[in-house]
Amino acid sequence: MVAGEEKGLVLLDFWVSPFAQRCRIALAEKGLACESVEQELLGEKGELLLRSNPVHKKVPVLLHAGHAVCESLVILEYIEDAFPEATPRLLPTDPLARAHARFWADYVDKTVYVIGTRLWKLKGEGRAAARAEMLETLRTLEAELGGKAFFGGEEFGFVDVALIPLTSWFYSYEKHGEFSVQEEFPRLAEWARRCGERETVAKILTKPEDVLDFIGVLKKCYGIVE
Amino acid sequence: MSSPAAVKVIGAFDSPFSHRAEAALRLKGVPYELILEDLRNKSELLLTHNPVHKKVPVLLHGDRPAICESLVIVEYVDEAFQGPLLMPADTLARAAARFWASFMDKECGESMWMALWTDGEAQAAAARETKTNLTLIEGQLPVGKRFFGGDAIGYLDIALGWIAHWMRVFVEISGARLLTEEEHPVLCRWAREYTADETVRQCLPDRDRVIAALTPRKELYISIAKAMAAQR
Repeated sequence: MVAGEEKGLVLLDFWVSPFAQRCRIALAEKGLACESVEQELLGEKGELLLRSNPVHKKVPVLLHAGHAVCESLVILEYIEDAFPEATPRLLPTDPLARAHARFWADYVDKTVYVIGTRLWKLKGEGRAAARAEMLETLRTLEAELGGKAFFGGEEFGFVDVALIPLTSWFYSYEKHGEFSVQEEFPRLAEWARRCGERETVAKILTKPEDVLDFIGVLKKCYGIVE
Repeated sequence: MSSPAAVKVIGAFDSPFSHRAEAALRLKGVPYELILEDLRNKSELLLTHNPVHKKVPVLLHGDRPAICESLVIVEYVDEAFQGPLLMPADTLARAAARFWASFMDKECGESMWMALWTDGEAQAAAARETKTNLTLIEGQLPVGKRFFGGDAIGYLDIALGWIAHWMRVFVEISGARLLTEEEHPVLCRWAREYTADETVRQCLPDRDRVIAALTPRKELYISIAKAMAAQR
């Protein structure tokens, strides 16, 4: 393990953030020690966060020797670029395979969390629409995964890192949308279990029940009564 | 690295996203065939090669599986072909370029649209937000340089090309006071440099043609903007 202080890596973090977890998983997979600093997000945001991410004021932010990198997928690519000797590589070297990895990570980013949020926030027609979109999204991901062990093929990689933290939120999406990932998307469910066997993933992912509790807290904040 | 296999772009004449793919190819010196789509009547070719989003641009390189999403295409073109690098060499600069391109695509679109096509308080609020965003983007131009990429056009210039060409078209059609010399002189200068570049110019649709094609859609744009405002 490389000492975090030598590399000067700090991650502005939030315990349940699937986006921050992407970064922590990538760093852990590569054996890059990083100091995780929990941020106050529901109350008043800290000065370091506001200074490091003035545009979005969000986590995760990776600080590398004082320089801030924001946006989780940008951070993942930065880690690949800045530490080329740290293995495993999460992005393949072939340009076409890289393009497909980026496409699918972008797809995950545009869909799962955004639709999932509508699923628990809305009721009636709004929830029904979100449910339909979520099922469509998971169907698309199931098809893309196909019979492969991981999205990129044989090895755990970029798209897996992008999606796996969101699987902690599946339980909550299932409850609100009244569907079962295991029943409707068995390959995706199996993939999630396979990823969960990795020490990094097992250690870093939030327990699904804790995510559901957190959503309960958010609902109170938004004045949403179930 | 560069392959002799034929390169095709499925694009649309007035699409800023389609422009990104073409600009990247031209700047790398890669010859390609442009297949123009009528986006109101999408072809089998497009739907087959981009079943997920059903959008342009799509890059076809020989018989390799299609590549979709304009920014993914730009990075692919940069990595797969020889020629001047579009992404910066420095790792932090690369991260910044990706961050601001993502900011443009994910954060700026809605407020810009509402600033152009709504009115009253909704328009005023959206205009304030848009001007703040334009100022942030303008601040990324390296001091004393012509482009976001420095002396040469790079990834971020291509990603922001929308502002340089299309936004000025929309501003003319809508009459909104955005992207003015008074408020964003540096960005306006960059917009002139970008659209005047002899390589980029070849894949920018003629401004008058775009104005003529898009002006009839003004009512549609207004209704889309109103729906956005209602959802906020």
